[in-house]
Parts: sequence; structure tokens; C-alpha cells
Amino acid sequence: MSTAGPPVAAREVRERFGFWKRSYAMLIKEFIQLKRDRVSFAMIVMLPVMQLLLFGYAINTTPHYLPSAVLLQEDSDLARSILKALENTKYFRFIYEVHDVDDFDNLLKSGKVLFGVEIPRGFERAVRRGDRPALLVAADATDPVAASSALGSLAMIVQTALAHDLYIGAPPDMPFEIRAHARYNPAASSSLNIVPGLVGTILTMTMLIFTALSVTREVERGTMESLLSMPIRPVEVMFGKIIPYVLVGFVQAFLIIGIGVGLFGVPVLGNLFLLALLSTLFITTNLSIGYTISTVVQNQLQAMQMSMMFFLPSILLSGFMFPFAGMPAWAQYVGEGLPLTHYLRIVRAIMLKGASMENLRYDALALAALMLLAMVIAVTRFRRTLD
Amino acid sequence: MSGGNGIAIDVRGLTKSFGGREVVHDLSMQVKRGSIYGFLGPNGSGKTTTIRILCGLLTPDSGEGTCLGYDILRDAEKIKRQVGYMTQRFSLYQDLSVRENLEFVARLYGLRDPRGAARDMIRRLGLSGREEQLAGELSGGWKQRLALGACTLPSPQLLLLDEPTAGVDPKARRDFWNEIHALAADGLTVLVSTHYMDEAERCHEIAYIAYGHLLTHGTVEEVIAGSKLTTYTVTGEDLNGLTAALSGKPGIDMVAPFGTSLHVSGRDVAALEASIAPWREKSDLHWHKSAPSLEDVFIELMSRSKDNFQ
Repeated sequence: MSTAGPPVAAREVRERFGFWKRSYAMLIKEFIQLKRDRVSFAMIVMLPVMQLLLFGYAINTTPHYLPSAVLLQEDSDLARSILKALENTKYFRFIYEVHDVDDFDNLLKSGKVLFGVEIPRGFERAVRRGDRPALLVAADATDPVAASSALGSLAMIVQTALAHDLYIGAPPDMPFEIRAHARYNPAASSSLNIVPGLVGTILTMTMLIFTALSVTREVERGTMESLLSMPIRPVEVMFGKIIPYVLVGFVQAFLIIGIGVGLFGVPVLGNLFLLALLSTLFITTNLSIGYTISTVVQNQLQAMQMSMMFFLPSILLSGFMFPFAGMPAWAQYVGEGLPLTHYLRIVRAIMLKGASMENLRYDALALAALMLLAMVIAVTRFRRTLD
Repeated sequence: MSGGNGIAIDVRGLTKSFGGREVVHDLSMQVKRGSIYGFLGPNGSGKTTTIRILCGLLTPDSGEGTCLGYDILRDAEKIKRQVGYMTQRFSLYQDLSVRENLEFVARLYGLRDPRGAARDMIRRLGLSGREEQLAGELSGGWKQRLALGACTLPSPQLLLLDEPTAGVDPKARRDFWNEIHALAADGLTVLVSTHYMDEAERCHEIAYIAYGHLLTHGTVEEVIAGSKLTTYTVTGEDLNGLTAALSGKPGIDMVAPFGTSLHVSGRDVAALEASIAPWREKSDLHWHKSAPSLEDVFIELMSRSKDNFQ
């Protein structure tokens, strides 16, 4: 064509930083929109705080005031003291006192109580003689989680309680034996294990949803048409949309860990800088996956549904809900493909075990690989036209 | 401005289908640089699709051509840099202020001083004092001005305006067109789609598109002359009765009321005059032969194309 109006030379020179300028333009825009969206902005703080407080206390494997029954076969001072001590632990609430073994069994069987304590005949005398008689504690195995930690700490509690107000034995040697009848793994977790897990779970959810809606929102509001008619590339759109939320995610992670340490007494034994670094990697991975979702779906409802489809397996197969090693092989394979699995190992290892980068290299690499994969899919899936 | 005498848009044989329905059929057009080219046609005629193909938002199924000298199929990115596209639906960010929207565009195009460029544009648009207002809170007319400002901000060589004045009051519409003429005088090429006949008459050239087919193009005079339509204007009593009596008579293609008068048009002059002869004698009716209006031409084109393509 003879009529080509070549672009002005000055404009070409400015092209050199075009990538950064356009990504920056997008980033600023996203920040302003986020700031203006009061509800979303409030949610950045409210969501993690609420969820942590809710889950931190609700998913509590050390529940209190479990309904209990006592089978009292002797009415001695010692028996009364032990019951009092048990009740003082706040783990147990004795709502039934029976004297017959059948009644005792029926209470447990019917689910009216979760715990039963049996004080056998001649218990006090046996203690005084130094025979170490057995104190039977029977737990309803159908709710193992509720029972496990009460059982786990039972011996300690009784021992300490009795040491204070009883005349028998010093703590090291229990004057009697506690025989716990339970058919589950007594190594069940405490809040120490849950709070670090919650860091990852909450971040997965909030980060996914932030970006999963980002592209569909532009399409639904009609702004995509304008955006596509301007000279911006898919990678630039992606960076512009992801980076502001990395900062948001960082604030959230900081909040959750802060509350975990301050309120739930979870230690951070490892390097805080390493934790921040790998958390940022995890946040970016989730944002990339959310962004990928938003390039695939047609509308915001689909985006929400697909986020949930990713979120549920993340919770169930990552080792947050159930011990990873206990899952069947296929579930473990699926789990290895989820960022949360790797982050849970990272965050638990750093906070609880003081792990270093050396120990976590595999999981960090896995996170980085998942992030790159998501970004590549997102950029290739991003539709540059309205076709 | 470069290439003042050249061709800004030169496309041939554009075709585009959605879900098996052909929306644009074998469309060819040329737009001169520095001219205002009006794009007319009924709803769903393929105007928006054509405009989207021109700015690289849609890929044509077949056809080829250039836009500002760049190949529309291969150089979409370069075209985007030089083209300002104003969408039919307001597509700036409603939750960003006037200033923030303009700065966003300025940054995206890599302008040297985005803040300064936005400030200048706000002044030029007469939006001073409203720069911190959210775009979504502006009235229709102001939104239109802002959208035009946003797409002219990176100083493009071609403006594609898709029904820019739909639903805007006459005063705002006139201001808008004055602005477009000022831009064209600076050498900018403007392709504008519209439903309004008065706007069509403000264009240097027009094209009429219906059901994906480009039916006619040229200057307003050329289009009217090319229609070979003869129109009689009638005033007098009981025009409603006359309308009923004349409709469907041989040679009468169209009977349309215009206020207190009636336009009776047809392409076959002899047949038309034969059909109206019995009424021309009536003393309470006044007949005179007039040039058809652009609207007469388009309505006639539209009713004809309906028979052909639907």
C-alpha cells in the first residue's frame, strides 16, 4: 500500500519499556478498583481473621465438657477426688452416675455420653496398698477426634490434679493406672497443627477467588472490549492483575500467622524470612491458578463454581483434613498436584519444626512448577479477540 | 498529518459468521484519510462486527485489506496502537474516576506524561471540576465525551466510533459532532456508525449496510441520486385515508408520513405518476415533486434488501 502512515519515530523509541509501562498501567488500575470496592477491601482483613477465629476454635480437637458417665463401684474419698479432678479439667462433664455395668454400657452405646469412667470396687484400698489398680476410661469410638485429645492428656491431667490436693504419691509415680479404651490413633493433632494448615487453606480460598473473577468481570462489565482494542498483551494483563493481590495475600498471611502466634500460641521455630518468601511463592501460585480459571470460564458464576471445584480437593487431599500418608496412592498423586499440599508441608515444617530451605527444596520447586504451568495455560488461553 | 490524500481503510471481501449465521457478507470499502465516513444500517446489520474486524477485535472468516497501511489479519497489534475505538456500550471503568480512566489509557499507550496528558484532556473535554467523579456516575452525554476523550488521548490516526451518540440529547449530540469535525480537520480519519439521518448528512461520505451487505456508498448527494427514487410530497386533508389508498399501488414503493405531509416515493416514475393521477386533481390535496430525503432512500433500501436477504 502506498498510503501507509508509518508510526512516528518517537513513539517507537518509547516502546522499549512498553511491557513494564503497560503492566504498570494495569496494576495501578486494579489497585484503584480494589481500593474502591469497599466490601472486597474489608474482606481482605475480615475474611482471614474470621475464618481463622472460626476454624481455629471450631475445628478444635480438644473439645471441652464432653458428656460423660461414671460407673461408681465404690464411694470413697479418693474416687470423689478423682472425679472432681477430672471435672476440673473441663474436658468432662459428668451427667450420669451409675452403679451397674449394663447401665454404663448402655449410656455409651446410646450416645448419651461420649466418655465413661469406671472406678472399680476396692480402688482406694488398692491404691493405698500400692497395687496400682486400673482406672478404666472408655471412649465412644465413633467420634474419635472429639475423644482423642481428652484421652491423650488424661493421665497428665489426673496426675497433676491429684498431686495438688491429695496425700498420695508424688507426680512421677502414679498410684494407679489409667487404662484408656479407644480404637483410634491417639496421635491426633492439636491446634498447633491446625493453625499452620489454616494459613494455607484460607490463602488458597481468598487468592483463588480474587483472580478467578478478574477477567470474567471485565467481560461482563463490557470493559474487555475496550481493553482488547488497546495495545496490551496477555502477559501484561496477567501481571497487572496478579501483582496487586500478591501484596493482599501477603497481608493476609501476615495476619493469619500473627493471630496464630498471638492467640493460639503457635510457635514459629524456623526462619521468618524463609516463611515469607515461600508464602509469597504459594500466594502467586494460587493467584495464577485463579487467573487461569478466569480465562477459561464464561461468567462469574462459573468462575465461582470452578474455584470451588479446585478448592475442595485442596482441603480434602492436601493433608489438611486427613493425614497425607494415610490416603490411598491415587489420592496422594492428586494431592501432589495441589499447591496446598506442598505449602502445608512447608508452613508446618518452618513453623513447628524449624526447617530450612534445604529440607523444603522439593516442595518449593513443586510450587514454582505449578505456578509456571498455570501462567502458561493462562497466557495461551487468554482470548485476544472477541471471536 | 501524514498521508492526507491517501486511503485509511481499504478492505475487500470481508465475511464473518457467528454460529452459522452470516453477519457480514463480502464487504468491501475504502475510506479516505481525513474524512468522516458514516456507517448506516438497521440494528443487527453488521456495523459493529465490521468495525470490530477493522480494529482487530474479530478475525474475518475471509477477506483481506489494510487499515492505516497495516494488514488487518497480521498486524492487529500495530493497528491497535494507531486506532481509537469507542464502543457502543460505555466500556471505560465505571469504578474509576474520570482522571484515573484517562491516566490508565495514557499509561497503557506509554505516553510520556500520563498525568499531564490526562489533565490536558480533562480541560479539553470541559470536564474540569469533575475529574474526581466516578465515570459510572456521569450522565450519558458526559460519558460519551469522556469515552471520546479516552480514545483520542493517544493521538490515533483513525477513530472508530460505534453509535457514539445513541441516547444522547440534541445539544450534546451537536457538541459531539463539532468535536468530530474539529478532529477530522486536524487530519484524523473517522468512521462513525449511526442511526440518525441528520448525523449521516454531517458525514463526508456514507455507506449503507443491511443484513451484512453493503448496499450503497458515496457522498450524501451521490447516494440520493443513485437511488433513482422519485418522491412527491403531499399536504392536505385526510392523509391517513390517502396512505391507505396508495399503499401497494403499482409504482408506489413507499408512503411515509412526515409531520403534516406525506412522502410518496417510487423508482418507476411513469408507474408512480399513473398511480397518483386520480388524486392529483383533488382540490384539498397539494402535490409537488421533491428530491427524496436520505431517510426515504434508506427506508426504501431497507425494505428492498429485506426481500432479498431474509
